Parts: sequence; C-alpha cells; structure tokens
Amino acid sequence: MVEPRMKVQGLKAWFGSSIALRDIDLDIADKQVTAIIGPSGCGKSTFVRCLNRMHEVTPNARAEGKVLLDGKDIYDPAVNPVALRRYVGMVFQKPNPFPTMSIRENVLAGLTLLGTRAKDESGLVERSLRQAALWEEVRGGLDRPGVSLSGGQQQRLCIARALAMEPEVLLMDEPCSALDPIATAKVEELILELRRRYTIVIVTHNMQQAQRVADTTAFFYMGSLVEHAATTKIFGNPTERRTADYVSGRFG
Amino acid sequence: MSTEGASSYGDLPAVATDSPVGARNSMDRLYAPPALSERLIRAFLMFCAALSIGTTLGIIGVLFEETRAFFAQVPFSSFFGDTQWTPLFAEKHFGIWPLVGGTMLTTLIAMAVALPFGLTAAIYLSEFASATVRKWLKPALEILAGVPTVVYGYFALTMVTPLLQTLLPDLAAFNVLSAGLMMGIMILPVIASLSEDAIFAVPSSLREGALALGATKLSTVFRVVLPSAFSGIGAATILGVSRAIGETMIVAIAAGQQARLSLDPREGMQTMTAYIVQVSMGDTPTGTIEFHTIFAVGMMLFCMTMVLNLIAQHLRGRVLKGSL
Repeated sequence: MVEPRMKVQGLKAWFGSSIALRDIDLDIADKQVTAIIGPSGCGKSTFVRCLNRMHEVTPNARAEGKVLLDGKDIYDPAVNPVALRRYVGMVFQKPNPFPTMSIRENVLAGLTLLGTRAKDESGLVERSLRQAALWEEVRGGLDRPGVSLSGGQQQRLCIARALAMEPEVLLMDEPCSALDPIATAKVEELILELRRRYTIVIVTHNMQQAQRVADTTAFFYMGSLVEHAATTKIFGNPTERRTADYVSGRFG
Repeated sequence: MSTEGASSYGDLPAVATDSPVGARNSMDRLYAPPALSERLIRAFLMFCAALSIGTTLGIIGVLFEETRAFFAQVPFSSFFGDTQWTPLFAEKHFGIWPLVGGTMLTTLIAMAVALPFGLTAAIYLSEFASATVRKWLKPALEILAGVPTVVYGYFALTMVTPLLQTLLPDLAAFNVLSAGLMMGIMILPVIASLSEDAIFAVPSSLREGALALGATKLSTVFRVVLPSAFSGIGAATILGVSRAIGETMIVAIAAGQQARLSLDPREGMQTMTAYIVQVSMGDTPTGTIEFHTIFAVGMMLFCMTMVLNLIAQHLRGRVLKGSL
C-alpha cells in the first residue's frame, strides 16, 4: 500500500454529550480515493469534517484524538484551524456557490476571503475550472452569477473553488447526492481525473459510486470503523460479517 | 363542484350497497353545500379584512380632497418654489422646503446613529452571540422599540440637550441634533431586529463554504454573509428611514417649532410632522387656508413614506424569494 498522507489515530467526536465517533484509526493513502460508506447517522460526515476541523464549527461539537497530515497533528493546540483549511479543501453535499459572486469571483473566493490576490488571476481561474471540467461550459460567461449555473455545474464550480486553493487533500461529503445521474457521472469522471494530483476522501451513500471511484473503502457503522480495505475486497470478499451484510443490501 | 360530473356519477352502478361503513350514504354528501355557519364566518372574516382597506381608502380620499382644496388657493409653484413656510403668520409663505429640510436633517442624524449601531448589533446577535445571549438580548432590544416616543422626546429635551450644551455652548434649547440622536436610538432596535432576521436567514451552507476555504470568521461575515443579506439590510434601513420621517413626538417636543431652512443641526427646526401637530393642537378654524396646509403637508409625508415602504417591500420580497 502507498504511504499514507493522513493518519487518523484514536479519533473521537461528540455533539454535545452524544458521541458520534468512537476511536477511529484510519490511514488515508496519498493520491488515492478513499470512500467512506455506511448507513445514515453512522458518522461518515462527522469523520470527514474532523479532517479539516469543520466539525468543531457546529455549536457544542468537539473532537479528540490525533489526525496527522504529513506527520503533523492537526489537533495540536498550536495549529490554527483556519489555516489548516487552506490545505484540506472541502466540497459539500449541496452545491453552495456564493450567491453574490460571479463564476470567476467564486473560483477566486478562497483568496479574496483571505484578503490576498493571485498574481495571475485569469490563469488561476482557467486552470481551476479546467481541472473541475467546467471550463468549456462557462468560458464565455465568467461574469455571470455562479448561482445561474445548473446544479451539476454549481457543484463543479465548488470543486474548482476548492482546487484554486491548491489543497493537499480534498474532502467530498456526498458531492453527488443533490445531482442527477448525468451530472453525477461527470463529477465521478472528474474524481478519477483528480486522483492523479490530489488525495481525495469521499463520503457516499451510493455503493456503486464507491466501487466506481474509490481505491479503498471504509465501512462505518454506529460511529465506529468496521472495516477498511481495498474497494474490491470490501465489495467482493469483506472480512467482517456486518460489512458483507451492508454491501449486499441486507440492511442500511 | 361541477354539476355535469354529478349526473354522470349518478348513473354509476351501485357497488358497495352492503358496505359496513355505509360508503353509499356518505357519497351523497359530495353534493352538500357548505354549512351556513361556515358561510357566515367567511363573510365576517371578509368584512373585517375589508374594514381596514376601507379605512385606508377613506383616509387617502380625505387627504386628496383637502389637498386639492389647498392647491386651489396656493399654486404648485409657490409650494415647491418658495423657501419660506409661514402660513400662520400675517405675511404668508407656503414653501414646503423648510419642513422637508428639517425632516431630512433629523432623519439623517437619526440614521447616522441607528445604522452603524443597529447593524453592528445585528451582526453580533446573529454571528457571534451564543444561543443564550441571543435569547435574552433580542427581546430586550425589542422592548426598547416599545418605549413610547413621547418619553424619548422629553428625554431629548431635558437630558440630551443640557448634556450636549456642556460640549456645544451654541446649542439652542430646541435643536435638531438632540432630537435626531434620540430618534436614532428609537430606530436602532428596528434596524437591528430586521437586519438580524436578514443575516440569520443566510443559509449556513454559505458560512461553511467560506470557512472550509480557510476564511476567518470575520472575513466570512463581511465578504459572504453580509453581501448575501444585502436586500434584507436595505429593507431594514429604508423602513428605519420611513419611521424617522414619520416620527412625530420626539421632534415636536425637542426640535422646536420654527420652520427654518438650514443645515445647522444646532438650531431648532420644524419637521413636517411637528408642523401638523402644531396646527392640529392650535385653534385654527376648519376650512381656512391654515387648516388646509396640514393636509398638503400630510400628503407630502404620505407620498414620501409610501415610496420608501414600497421600495422596502420590494427588497424584502426579493429576500423571501431567495434571489438576493
């Protein structure tokens, strides 16, 4: 197996007094796609939100344990979570382009929000949109509002916005759950393209999607990690009984 | 509903004659008219709704009629062209601008207080305050909006003006400055509360999107949340301006009764509302030109606040539709 880019060790997370993640240990391989599957409420989203410390943004939510990114613990008290999020990008379930910004401004939003500017803005916009497979569709109207695009295009715009920050790791929390099958296929194609440059963690409800895009798959159940292995093994010959039951559709 | 439907259903063969729940009997009720009580209640509700519309139309009608009577005696050109307003003096002038100017100046001062403080309070309440603080502070703010304006008025006259006079010795006893400041404090809760609604309504997915890009909280608020709430904040501001223009007691008590066209807030000035109070409370006989002036001024006031309210309504409509 490839040397892990992120190592999660003994990660626990809570919402108020209810526990959402119990002692997760998981390695995330460099420049591979790691899929997180499991039934609703199993902690998949909470898990990825702990990887860029977005979990703690929710009132009363907290997390404990170690998450190493290139050997550095992101939960070290000296780490600034705001700065961390530049290195670990995130794409959400529902496309959330900024409604007051144009397509171009949305792509540059990460820099604008930091109060800086790129040296070559047009270059960065084009590069990010090309990487997100959106360039050809929008090149003629970069000044149109981001929200004027279709749902699938909006989601790719959000991916472009995350890529413009040149993150080390890209987290995707059910990025296709609000999209139709054609838009989903485009985003999946894009994920396969992006894995050559980025380390990707994708949460998905869709087991076919995990099989199509992921190198390894982790099965979460009731806040615990049940099994993490090569995607072919998880879906073909899982070690755990619960994994086998879930992937074969016997529950969940 | 449709009577053609009724006859064709009547030809249907009876199926459920032995149904235990009596389905055949209940089918007859398909054609029963609404109960009388229901129709009476509906009529009563409609009457209540029509009452408020009727009252409004009646007031506008009277306003129009009396304004017409005013302009039959005073030409438009002197109403909008003259720079003096002295209908109660021997030498009468009917230029509306001193009253409009007084109104505008107090409104400007009020907004200079209410907008920055109200907006800051709204941002704090929506984005930074904990749920507990929010729960207590917002109703407290709304209580401030419930203080009778006459209290603000004599507070301006007996507290704020003497206090300001220690700083500004030239300040007149009746002045626009303290009336405007007090009016700003009166409007602050309106701006804060409405803006807070608008800011709070910005979807949290936008905040999360910005934070996930590595934005600080402050930058998220100022570059993503506030621009997205712009329409709502604009509506709150305009409603605040509209309240300020229509506010009467504070200016009638603290700003004086001299219609003066000036930009100096240390002087006393009369606003449109304060003039109407002065004439209404005096012994002006009905039907005289002095009496008719208050309708012309009222019409002016009505037009200004109506335009502002329409703009605010339009902006709020955009917020509700989510098109920003």
